[in-house]
Amino acid sequence: MDGEALLQVKNISKSFGGVKAVMDVNLSLFKGEILGIIGPNGSGKTTLVNLITGFVRPDSGEVLFKGKKITGIQPHKIANLGLTRTFQIMRPYHSLSAFKNLIVPLNSPRVRRSRGGRLGDRDAVAIDILEEIGFQRDAYVPYKTASSLPLGYLKRLELARCIAMGPEIIICDEIFSGLSMAEIATMVPVLEKLEMEGVTIMMIEHRLRELFRLVNRVIVMNFGEKLAEGIPEEVMKKQDVRKAYLGTEVDNVGG
Amino acid sequence: MVIEETRRKRLDRGIKVRTETLYALSTWREMAYLIVPRTVLILGLLLLPLILDMYWQRVLCTAGIYAILALAFDFLAAYVGLVCLGGALFIGAGGYISGLLNAYLGWPPLLCIPIATLAGAVISTFVLLPCLRLRGIYFAIVSFMFPLFAVHIIVALNVFGGTEGISALAILPNIWVEQYLILGMIIVSLFAIRRLVNEDIGLILRGIKDNDQAVRASGISITAYKTKAVFIASLMGCFGGAYLSHLYGWLGISLFAMDFSILPIAACVMGGMGSLVGPVLGAFILTPMSEALRGFGQLRVVLYCLILIGFIVYKPEGLMNYLQRKYHQFEYWERV
Ligand SMILES: Nc1ncnc2c1ncn2[C@@H]1O[C@H](COP(=O)(O)OP(=O)(O)OP(=O)(O)O)[C@@H](O)[C@H]1O
Ligand SMILES: [Mg+2]
Repeated sequence: MDGEALLQVKNISKSFGGVKAVMDVNLSLFKGEILGIIGPNGSGKTTLVNLITGFVRPDSGEVLFKGKKITGIQPHKIANLGLTRTFQIMRPYHSLSAFKNLIVPLNSPRVRRSRGGRLGDRDAVAIDILEEIGFQRDAYVPYKTASSLPLGYLKRLELARCIAMGPEIIICDEIFSGLSMAEIATMVPVLEKLEMEGVTIMMIEHRLRELFRLVNRVIVMNFGEKLAEGIPEEVMKKQDVRKAYLGTEVDNVGG
Repeated sequence: MVIEETRRKRLDRGIKVRTETLYALSTWREMAYLIVPRTVLILGLLLLPLILDMYWQRVLCTAGIYAILALAFDFLAAYVGLVCLGGALFIGAGGYISGLLNAYLGWPPLLCIPIATLAGAVISTFVLLPCLRLRGIYFAIVSFMFPLFAVHIIVALNVFGGTEGISALAILPNIWVEQYLILGMIIVSLFAIRRLVNEDIGLILRGIKDNDQAVRASGISITAYKTKAVFIASLMGCFGGAYLSHLYGWLGISLFAMDFSILPIAACVMGGMGSLVGPVLGAFILTPMSEALRGFGQLRVVLYCLILIGFIVYKPEGLMNYLQRKYHQFEYWERV
């Protein structure tokens, strides 16, 4: 890929006590692509997301969004720039109904600005977003309390929270995990549609087979370091990647 | 041998609605279903002064102060996730400002009270601002310490009347104004907060309580919203304080008394956390009870605690949540 990267991570590192969660990682995210990040448990993927989105401060290194440094900026300000993320551990606003969950992002300065200060009927906007992402309006799913929703819907709700922001980048932290093949199959078109609309996506995923259908490029992390980078088929052929993944899903990939 | 087992089933009443804001009303019965509880509450509060004697009318005023504090506590705890033991801070700030304006500048109570409400809320919010990052118990502890801090400063510097306080402040015109001022304020606050928690700002605050990280990821500054919430609660508390200083025509360090921080919690536990009206009800039960138990001296506290423990153990949902459930659902026994 050529051209200016939308998001650049430069030599970023973070340790927690003695644990080096992320070590000297570099990566670029280009406009319009879907980038996959894979790696064994505890390899620092979520920490990397936290570093990019400002939830964790790096020990060293920096993150550039559209060429501007965003390290040290508070998370909500980064989100307002259009850099959004889902959480691996989902905790929806469980006392609110599903569509009311989206009223929060719909009140963000970013959305207000894009609507010229006038928010209009937020409830209708929220329900539309949810319907688009697979909440059946006829079955009144958007009106159910978030605490009563099954996992599949919660994952969608996480994604919907990002979509409501009108984002430029969405970082998905394992939105497929725990879902059935059928459920994933219904999520994939949503992501593809976002890609078509020009949203840049970074996907952290353990479900390699499903991931590789979506992504153009993949980065492998191991013990906090970037182990490999490239197109999925080639990356999975590498000896050290196979070793890091030994005993996991690598056999299913058919690399 | 035939064993007959029964099981309790609950069914929502007909017009229990899908969303909190959408009502589909068709008949007068359904209208009544929604309106009657509110009307009973408002009329009940407004008629109360008419049936009480002088002594209990004063108790009603005090209960009103605790009710408004309990409402503020419930709002912060159940809808923002902030356990704020700053009741005494609010009462002290409001009370001192209002009292001092009256004592030094001679302004009438009905002018001092609104000014003190606003100024006290600004000061209280400002003081609590650095602690807003703290969560759970830490915020509770810090908010609890400010009143103690204030007392020691006043005593050490011997300002604002020192330990003695300042007496002979102007009092409110008569017992009727006293009662209806606080009752009116409670009703207005109650309905305002009920409304607020379902508006966008309220939804965001509830979001902060459920998952503040997700709120930040949605581009919203949680500090800004928590500040707004604390300010709203401070307004209620400081009004109570300002009102109190003109109820007794006196200001002093006991305006910072721990009771103002603690009793609202008791009222919330008894009335039902998160129901907003429950804590108000709780305060109107607990305060007179405390008054009635005066004869028992220190034993009063013991009885008080027993009642609280009783509620926590046997009816943790509190009075109001229990009543609301009964009102909104049919209950019947089903043979299994
Ligand atoms: N807040 C924290 N405090 C202490 N250690 C942490 C913290 N966050 C992450 N770690 C540690 O950093 C390492 C990387 O964790 P991280 O959650 O980033 O891994 P991951 O790649 O997302 O794993 P998984 O695939 O299981 O989600 C782990 O060893 C973890 O224990
Ligand atoms: Mg992770």
